[in-house]
Amino acid sequence: MPQFLEHSMTAWKGQRIEHKPSLVDSFDPRARILMAVIFALLVVFSKNLLLPFIGLIIAFVFACLASLHLKRTFRRVIAMDLFVAMMIIMLPFTVTGDELFNVFGLSASKEGFMLAIAIALKANAVVLTMLALVGTMEASTLGHALGRLKVPEKLVHLLLFTVRYLDVISREYRRMRKAMRARAFVPKTNVHTLRSIGYLVGMLLVRSLERSERIYDAMKCRGYCGKLYLFDTMAWQQRDTGLIILAVLFAIFSIASGAYTV
Amino acid sequence: MHIVDGALSDSVVIGGAVAALAGIAYGIKRMDLDRIPQMGMLSATFFIASLIHVPVGPTSLHLILNGLIGLALGWTAFPALFIALLLQAVFFGYGGIVVLGVNTLNIALPAVVMGLSFRHWIQTSQPKQAAILGGIVGAGSVVLTAIMVAGSLALTGDGFIVAAKLSLISHLPVMVVEALVTAAAVHLLVRVKPDFFSATRQS
Repeated sequence: MPQFLEHSMTAWKGQRIEHKPSLVDSFDPRARILMAVIFALLVVFSKNLLLPFIGLIIAFVFACLASLHLKRTFRRVIAMDLFVAMMIIMLPFTVTGDELFNVFGLSASKEGFMLAIAIALKANAVVLTMLALVGTMEASTLGHALGRLKVPEKLVHLLLFTVRYLDVISREYRRMRKAMRARAFVPKTNVHTLRSIGYLVGMLLVRSLERSERIYDAMKCRGYCGKLYLFDTMAWQQRDTGLIILAVLFAIFSIASGAYTV
Repeated sequence: MHIVDGALSDSVVIGGAVAALAGIAYGIKRMDLDRIPQMGMLSATFFIASLIHVPVGPTSLHLILNGLIGLALGWTAFPALFIALLLQAVFFGYGGIVVLGVNTLNIALPAVVMGLSFRHWIQTSQPKQAAILGGIVGAGSVVLTAIMVAGSLALTGDGFIVAAKLSLISHLPVMVVEALVTAAAVHLLVRVKPDFFSATRQS
């Protein structure tokens, strides 16, 4: 995949990217997570084309309400779509069924074509919704909200620690890359590059292990006994209940539309 | 390789989710509460490492390093990789949310299998030999992941068999890259911090 399309995957800026405050931010993080998950489940398990199509429209509405960064979102969605394209481009030819059209003697089936379209619609709908409803909150807020939603404590703690140190390790990594560049390291397709990257990863691990020992000592010194207290100001409001009711209504509509009967 | 939402059949998605859940549950059970800072730090490191791009011909590959993750984290690789994939899906739009279970299983199970079967051996070897074993772990876990990804596609339907074969082939360069990077990383770890693999071992 071309490098420029994967730009979004080359650095962790999760906590630093600032979103324009939008309507979505006024909802409780728990309600947003629940809505996104219910929506994703309904869309992904549907068996017809209507529901993924409606889902994609709703996802666009979510994206507009969240006033997502246009360029960044577009880049991420395109990167994923290239990925999807690789997987589904052959489907019309490999799935057997009624012939729809012919390319160089290969017959494309209607069933395969429909399946490919369904996959593309579903993947885009879910990714847009995720970016709009959940991707707009801070990573630590996501951890707290999951904790409040009764996700096991240890998993939430692991997530919070991971997110906290992503910034630290990312800075350390950039520092080491700068040092390599200062010594005229240019990544190429050769063993030297791979060995250097391997040493870089190894050194990063050594440093992070030693840092974690110092952090653990410092935390113990302050009375850490294996429990993090989640301080946050989440307040469930009427509008959050409204959002969940909307999700339930959408679920009823989906089931009533016969999207899950084969 | 991440699979997107909507591609796999219901039974594969649900089966993967159940198996991944079991792995995550066992992983967090094995994880002491006071090891959480260490585990968080290591999983953050692996997350950053997975953002490193290595040029391969005209394009580039990003590292997975699931072999190294398995060596360092053991069963904790399940929750750690689940969190990494969750963050990638939510903040980067990379992969899906309903297939998170399948994706976690496809990457974490090879990590655990290869990591646990080679960890003791690597700990007790000379640096050169450890590097070779590290290379085997790196290559082996990518091969297993490729087979599992192809398997998830093939189980979904006959229409996906071509895509499954393509995915197997596209993992070949990844395998070479991962083998060499993991070998170098293990070589350095064994020489610079010989107790690395025992320090991260769960009691």
